[in-house]
Amino acid sequence: MSMKISDVLQLEEKANLIRQDIIKMLYEAGSGHPAGALGMADIFAALYFHILNHDPKKPDWGKRDRLILSNGHICPALYAAMAQAGYFPLSELKTLRKLGSRLQGHPHRTALPGLENTSGPLGSGLSQAVGLALSGQMDKADWRVICLTSDGEHDEGNTWEAVMLAGKNKLHKLTAVIDRNNIQISGFTEDVMPLDNLRAKYEAFNWHVLETNGHNMQEILAVFDEVKTILKKPTVIIAHTIAGKGVSFMEGKYEWHGKTPKKEEAKLALKELEVIRSKIRKGSK
Amino acid sequence: MINPKAYLNLKIFDPDVEQVATRNGYGEGLVLAGEEDEQVVALSADLAESTRTHFFAEKFPQRFIEVGVAEQNLVTVAAGMALAGKVPFVSSFAVFSPGRNWEQIRTTVCYNDVPVKIIGSHAGLSVGPDGATHQALEDIALMRCLPNMTVISPVDSIEAKKATLAIAKFPKPCYLRLSRNKIPVVTTEDSPFKIGRAEVFHKGTDVAVIATGQMVYKALLAAKELKSSKISVRVINCHTIKPLDQELVIKAAKDCGAIVTAEDHQVTGGLGGAVAEVLSQNFPVPLRIIGIKDRFGESGESDELFTKFGLTEKAIISAIKHLLKMKKK
Repeated sequence: MSMKISDVLQLEEKANLIRQDIIKMLYEAGSGHPAGALGMADIFAALYFHILNHDPKKPDWGKRDRLILSNGHICPALYAAMAQAGYFPLSELKTLRKLGSRLQGHPHRTALPGLENTSGPLGSGLSQAVGLALSGQMDKADWRVICLTSDGEHDEGNTWEAVMLAGKNKLHKLTAVIDRNNIQISGFTEDVMPLDNLRAKYEAFNWHVLETNGHNMQEILAVFDEVKTILKKPTVIIAHTIAGKGVSFMEGKYEWHGKTPKKEEAKLALKELEVIRSKIRKGSK
Repeated sequence: MINPKAYLNLKIFDPDVEQVATRNGYGEGLVLAGEEDEQVVALSADLAESTRTHFFAEKFPQRFIEVGVAEQNLVTVAAGMALAGKVPFVSSFAVFSPGRNWEQIRTTVCYNDVPVKIIGSHAGLSVGPDGATHQALEDIALMRCLPNMTVISPVDSIEAKKATLAIAKFPKPCYLRLSRNKIPVVTTEDSPFKIGRAEVFHKGTDVAVIATGQMVYKALLAAKELKSSKISVRVINCHTIKPLDQELVIKAAKDCGAIVTAEDHQVTGGLGGAVAEVLSQNFPVPLRIIGIKDRFGESGESDELFTKFGLTEKAIISAIKHLLKMKKK
């Protein structure tokens, strides 16, 4: 069984370390997607160190919860969380996107133990999660399925096909998380393709809808606890996040969707994150 | 002569030869596969009856998922189920699956390397009156170029049943191509079937016809017809288009010196292309590819369409005679 952390400040520190890893990895790689990855760091820390029932030493354990990452481009956050949790050595993070690496530019299931799916092309993760949840329902299994999606990929028809089917089959062990950071590659979501009102849309498809501040650890833990009390519907958590969270010059900027920091920018970002980390550590004393 | 080791239907050349659509053999095979392995599940995109998946749905309602008219979801949900250890069969018309959902098949099935079985029914001109929108003439090409994918196009309903049982046990992504129309039952329960192995149905040494699906029967008719003109034609049933039985194809080229391929599919990227890729690099011989020549189909009865588009016994005979002339030069 993995180490389970219940102390909020310790989880916040894990999120901070994940953010630092993301910056280092993307600087080293020279290409990739920082904004979404940084924005989801708190949720990844909560998942890997508190919420998921998993065992990094036994990635194939049959009773594990399944985490499906649909928007594969934020995989630096996934890889960093997995390495922090002990799936593979932290030193391997710097191989991201390099020839021969297990850390492919978009996650490839068979390349790295612990990955549940291959993803990158948007809009197909939720339906894979639905397939897993349907199988679990057929087999009366106890494990849960959590699917991380982006708001932008709700432009894809495939996403809504999955939403319909999950509602139809009342897949209550399925939880979707929407990274509601309001940006996508070419602009703000509401300019590119308006998505609101996401709550009303999901409710209309027979889902239970919860919302959380995606950067408030206490709220994140509480909302995932609440999910377990919903017994007749799938649940979606609309996580309100800030793209680029933790790095002042990246926050809220869609320009950082798919651009990596240069040397000076990476230095500055790590410095800022280290300041935040020391504040967290002071708080924990 | 007919290869006795193929154990073909003794009545194949009788006017009242039994005629059954390959989708029926699939429907029957799927129920048997479901009985053999409780991990087998079936998914439909609102076409359970047309694709003959309804037999499975009636027998195993708890293992049947109806996703509605949503082929992208069809195949990605199946990929998720395969991740959980299921053996999902997804059925639709070939033009929608693998037509509409190609990228999902590429990423979530093939690259993800999970054993989803994609069943494309109503492939080729066999659809008939529905017209070109519903006539998948590109599906073999679409599936053949994907790593990890196996592509099977059975000759008749009995072989379709065997293929269904075989792919259920085969732990890789598979594409099974089926047709709508009733076609002669060429094989018997005793006929050999192994994924990846083509079978010689008719022995001969002048020209070899490598055919797939319902074109195999037309090739047999051509071979029978030419026998009276003392032309000896080898007919090979190439049910597995990928991986291609390279050994048998190269042997046919060596023994006969000329090859005709025949398929209810575009000339580009289909069986003919696969055979050309192997022969051109191993043992080049004159080759004629019978198929649809870079155009769409149209409405009409399937027999009328096969005639209009040159997918006939006559076309095969004429290709064989043309190659024989080339050989003599």
